[in-house]
Amino acid sequence: MYTEKVMDHISNPRNSGEIENASGVGTVGNAKCGDIMRIYLDVDENQIIRDCKFKTFGCGAAIATSSIATEMVIGKTIHDAIKVTNKAVLDALDGLPEVKVHCSLLAEEAIHAALWDYAEKNGIVIEGLKKPQTDISEHEHE
Amino acid sequence: MSNIIYMDNAATTKVATEVLNEMLPYFTEQYGNPSSIYSLGSSAAKAVSTAREQIALSLNAKSTEIYFTAGGTESDNWAIKGTAEAYQDKGKHIITSAIEHHGILKTFAYLAETGYSVSYIPVDEAGIIKIDELEKAIRPETILISVCFANNEIGTIQPIREIGELARKNGIIFHSDAVQAFGQIPIDVDEYMIDMLSISAHKIHGPKGVGGLYIRTGIKIKPFIHGGSQERGRRAGTGNVPGIVGFGKACALAMANLPEKSRKLISLRDYLIEQINGEIPHCRLNGDSERRLPNNVNFSFRFIEGESLLIMLDMKGIAASSGSACTSGSLDPSHVLLAIGLPHEIAHGSLRLTLSMENTREEIDAVVKAVKEIVLKLRNMSPLYEDYINKK
Repeated sequence: MYTEKVMDHISNPRNSGEIENASGVGTVGNAKCGDIMRIYLDVDENQIIRDCKFKTFGCGAAIATSSIATEMVIGKTIHDAIKVTNKAVLDALDGLPEVKVHCSLLAEEAIHAALWDYAEKNGIVIEGLKKPQTDISEHEHE
Repeated sequence: MSNIIYMDNAATTKVATEVLNEMLPYFTEQYGNPSSIYSLGSSAAKAVSTAREQIALSLNAKSTEIYFTAGGTESDNWAIKGTAEAYQDKGKHIITSAIEHHGILKTFAYLAETGYSVSYIPVDEAGIIKIDELEKAIRPETILISVCFANNEIGTIQPIREIGELARKNGIIFHSDAVQAFGQIPIDVDEYMIDMLSISAHKIHGPKGVGGLYIRTGIKIKPFIHGGSQERGRRAGTGNVPGIVGFGKACALAMANLPEKSRKLISLRDYLIEQINGEIPHCRLNGDSERRLPNNVNFSFRFIEGESLLIMLDMKGIAASSGSACTSGSLDPSHVLLAIGLPHEIAHGSLRLTLSMENTREEIDAVVKAVKEIVLKLRNMSPLYEDYINKK
């Protein structure tokens, strides 16, 4: 059902974990649908993403998309990071089954939510970045 | 695939060697059509009739009351649609439970679209049907009650005799989907006052594509397939002779020493439950601890999602199942887990392990070790777990 790349990211997820005092954190999805993604960003003074970590509650596809998305944004500027679209994530994984494509959308949204958080904290505007719509409250699920 | 640990016996089972050996001659040697007059045909007819007797015997039914079908879902469809149509002059109200197999639920939904009125009876937190609600739902125009003998996901065994009594007292036909229960626990259609019962071969180490429907003498039912006179003219078409022979053999094997096998399975099951409860925090057993199929274990693990658990188990050679949305291809987790009151996020994190007599304690130890490792790994990756720990 999943490509080799997806299976590789499920068995060896890259960059899972937390970043203390992260420059930006974004959480999207909801537990009711079975998918929550949280992305942590560590952004340096040149607006380059030095580190990125994820926490995901969800299916194999959700874990794989979060994992590869962190790899794709590390080293990029915040302006380039918003170009990591769901299509790019899908291509990098050699595709996902049709019913799982929404997981790649979630990865894009999680990165955007974390970038939004960073931009708000620093009082800057990232061109082309919209306020995340699916950001969930930290405590909604309890 | 020799190293696989198979714990998904509620999905399907391995065909027993004795069953396969019994079937083989009916492909290439005894290949006659049971309806043919010559001896090659009549020996096939005799084999089908033996299988029918084997199954009738196991249910305390008459062999003329056993009809072969292509599987449990067909049996469910036929039983419900066939009687709903035959009794529509009496009334168009039909009753089922909230935790039926989709073979039942979707058939009821179809009838609801065509003008029947349907009542879905809720279950308690263990998955046991609320008998008082069932009694209240009965109307003068109720013609059919269908309740599964035992649930396929959480293994809860229903109070079938009480339901049967209630139906009989009110002159209502009682159908039970016994696909999961058949061959695991004794079923006596007279004792339980069952009018129709669905069963399947591949859940009891028989072949796929063969099922059966018990129809009590005197029950009116529309034919399922029109055509020849096979299955007393009610389900036309040349029967799957090798499959039927295999079903009969599988049934005879399942019934031999049934109480002893049940005891052994229950002891394996309870060992598995005990180990998971003892080794993995934040888990809950879904279903009832007593009124439970001998082979069924179903746990929810908080903060994680079932599909990723299944994939990681598969990487370790373990085959299991989950009620998560991702495994059902919809956004909602299992309707059974929601009906017993689980919140969505806990229903998403469910794992079903269903045993057979071939499973060993060593396999159970290996599975518990693997589940423990994977649950820990997934929790360390879970934002829900992170929030839970931070809140403490």
